[in-house]
Amino acid sequence: MTPSHIESISNHPDFQQLVRRKRRLNGSLTAAMLVIYYGFVLLVAFSPSTLGQSLSGGVTSVGMLVGVLIVLLSFALTGIYVYRANNVLDPLNDKVKQECAQ
Amino acid sequence: MNWTAIGMFLLFVVFTLGVTRWAALRTRSASDFYTAGGGLTGMQNGLAIAGDMISAASFLGISAMMFLNGYDGLLYALGVLAGWPIILFLIAERLRNLGKYTFADVVSYRLAQTPVRLTSAFGTLTVALLYLVAQMVGAGKLIELLFGISYLYAVMLVGVLMVFYVTFGGMLATTWVQIIKAVMLLSGTTFMAFMVLKHFGFSTEAMFASAAAVHAKGTAIMAPGGLLSNPVDAISLGLGMMFGTAGLPHILMRFFTVSDAKEARKSVFYATGFIGYFYLLLIVIGFGAIVMVGTEPAYRDASGAIIGGGNMIAVHLAQAVGGNLFLGFISAVAFATILAVVAGLALSGASAVSHDIYACVVRKGKASEQEEIRVSRVATLVIGVLAIILGLMFESQNIAFLSGLVLAIAASVNFPVLFLSMFWKGLTTRGAVAGSLAGLVSAVILLVLSPVVWVNVLHHDKALFPYSNPALFSMSAAFLAAWAFSVTDRSAQASEERGRYLAQFIRSMTGIGAAGAAKH
Repeated sequence: MTPSHIESISNHPDFQQLVRRKRRLNGSLTAAMLVIYYGFVLLVAFSPSTLGQSLSGGVTSVGMLVGVLIVLLSFALTGIYVYRANNVLDPLNDKVKQECAQ
Repeated sequence: MNWTAIGMFLLFVVFTLGVTRWAALRTRSASDFYTAGGGLTGMQNGLAIAGDMISAASFLGISAMMFLNGYDGLLYALGVLAGWPIILFLIAERLRNLGKYTFADVVSYRLAQTPVRLTSAFGTLTVALLYLVAQMVGAGKLIELLFGISYLYAVMLVGVLMVFYVTFGGMLATTWVQIIKAVMLLSGTTFMAFMVLKHFGFSTEAMFASAAAVHAKGTAIMAPGGLLSNPVDAISLGLGMMFGTAGLPHILMRFFTVSDAKEARKSVFYATGFIGYFYLLLIVIGFGAIVMVGTEPAYRDASGAIIGGGNMIAVHLAQAVGGNLFLGFISAVAFATILAVVAGLALSGASAVSHDIYACVVRKGKASEQEEIRVSRVATLVIGVLAIILGLMFESQNIAFLSGLVLAIAASVNFPVLFLSMFWKGLTTRGAVAGSLAGLVSAVILLVLSPVVWVNVLHHDKALFPYSNPALFSMSAAFLAAWAFSVTDRSAQASEERGRYLAQFIRSMTGIGAAGAAKH
C-alpha cells in the first residue's frame, strides 16, 4: 500500500463505519464475556454458599446451573459474533475492499 | 499387558502413518509445511483447535478433579473455555489478516525484524519445550500404566512418532492426526456420558443425589470448595488460563491454516462449541464416576486407593460402562491425544527456529523455501530428542505444576506483546522486547517464590510470594514494561514504527494485502 492509498482508505467513510461497527461489536461482546466470567470467579471467591444453594429443593445446586449456563452463554456469544460479522461486517468490508481497490 | 488397548493403539498408529504419507505427498512449499497450505475449512480447523485444548490432561485431570472435589473441577474447565470467546472477539481475525506462519510475523509486522523475531522465537521455544516436557512426563506415566511398557520406551515411542508426523507430514498431517483424535475422543466421551446417564435413568438430579450420598464430602461437592477462596489468586488463575491460551504458540499457529479471516472466525465458533460440549460431558463423567467407580471395590487396591492413581478415574469408568473393549478404546484415545498435542507443539517450536530465526534473522529473508523446510525438519528432530531427554530427566516432576507454569509464562511472555502490537500504535521495538523479557522474568521469579515451588518443591517453610498463580502480576509487569519502554523511546526508528501503524491497522481490519491460501 502506498502512502496516498493508505490515506484514501483511512479517510473513506465506509472504512470508518466498518471500524466503528467492529469496535462496537467486539467491545460489547468482550465486555459481556468478561463480566460473565469474572462475575462468576468473584462469586466463587466471596460467596461460595450462594452457588451451593439447592436449585429447586433437590441436590442439584445453583452453581451447577450457573456452570452450564456459562458454557452455553460462551457458545451463544461466539454465535452472535459470527452471525453479525457474516451478515453485517463482511458485506461492508467487501464494499470497502472494492471501493478502495488500487 | 492390555492387548485390546495395544491393538487399538496400533491401528491408530498405522492409520495416522498412512495419513502422514498422504500428507507428505502434498507437502511441497513452506506454506504447506507450516500451515497446511492455508486451505483448511473452519469446521476442520475448529475440530483441530478443540483437539489441542481437550488434551489428555483435561480429559483425565479434570474428571479426576471432579471425582475428588466435585464442583471445583468445573472451575478449571470454565476458565479454559471462557478464553475462547475473548480470543475470537479480540485477536482471531486480526491474527489471520496480519500473519503468515507464526505469531512473530504479527508482532514484527511494523517493528525491527531481528530483535522482535528473536524474543518471540525465544518465547515460543520456552513455552513449547516446557509444555512438551509436561506432556511427555504425563504420557510416559499414562502409557506405562495403560499398556504395561516401561517409562523409557513410552517416552521414546511418543518422541519418535511425533518427529515422524511432523517432519514428513508437516502441518497437514499434524492437523489431521489432531482431527481424527478429536473425533475419537468426542465420540468416546459421548458414549461414556450416555451410559452414565442411562445408569441414572437419564436424571441428572438422581446422578448428583447418588454422588452426594456416597462421596465423603456429601452435598459439599455441589458447591465451590476452597480452590479459589482467595480473590487475588482466583483472578490471577482466571487471567492465566484465559490469556495463557491466547499465548500458546501451537494454538496461535492454527489461525494461519485457514484461507481467510472469515474461516478463522468460523473455526473459533466450532472450537468453542466442541470444547464446551466436551466439558459438559466431563461433568457427567466426573460425577457419574463418584458412584460408578468410587463405590466399586474392584477399582481400589488393598489400601482403598484408586488403582493407578487419581488420574485413572475416566479410564476405570470406561471399563465400568463398556467393558474391556471400550477400556481398550479409551486407553488408545488417551495415547492418541498425547501424540496429537505433542506433534502440534513440536511443529510450532520448529517453525520458530526455521521461519523466525533461520529464514528471517540469519538469512534476512533470502532463504529458499526448500532450505527453510529442511531447517524445520532438522529442528523438529532436535526438539524431539530434547523432549525425550527432558522427559526422562523430569520423570518425577509434578505435571500440574509444569502445566501451570506454561500457561502463566505464555500469558506473560507472548500475549501482552502480541496484543499491544495489534491494538496500540505506540508500541516500539524497544517496548516489545522489554515487555516480553519483563513477562518472562517476572513469571519465572514469582513462580519460584510461590508456595508451589518455594514450599512444595524447595521445602522452605513459608513462601516469599503468597499467591500460587503469578499471571495477574507478571502480565501487568509485561504490559507496564512494554508501555514504559515504548513511550520513552524517542529514536527516529521508533517514530517510523509508530507511523507504520495505520497501514497495519487497515490490513488487520479489512484483510487488504493479507496472505491467501496456497493455490494447488
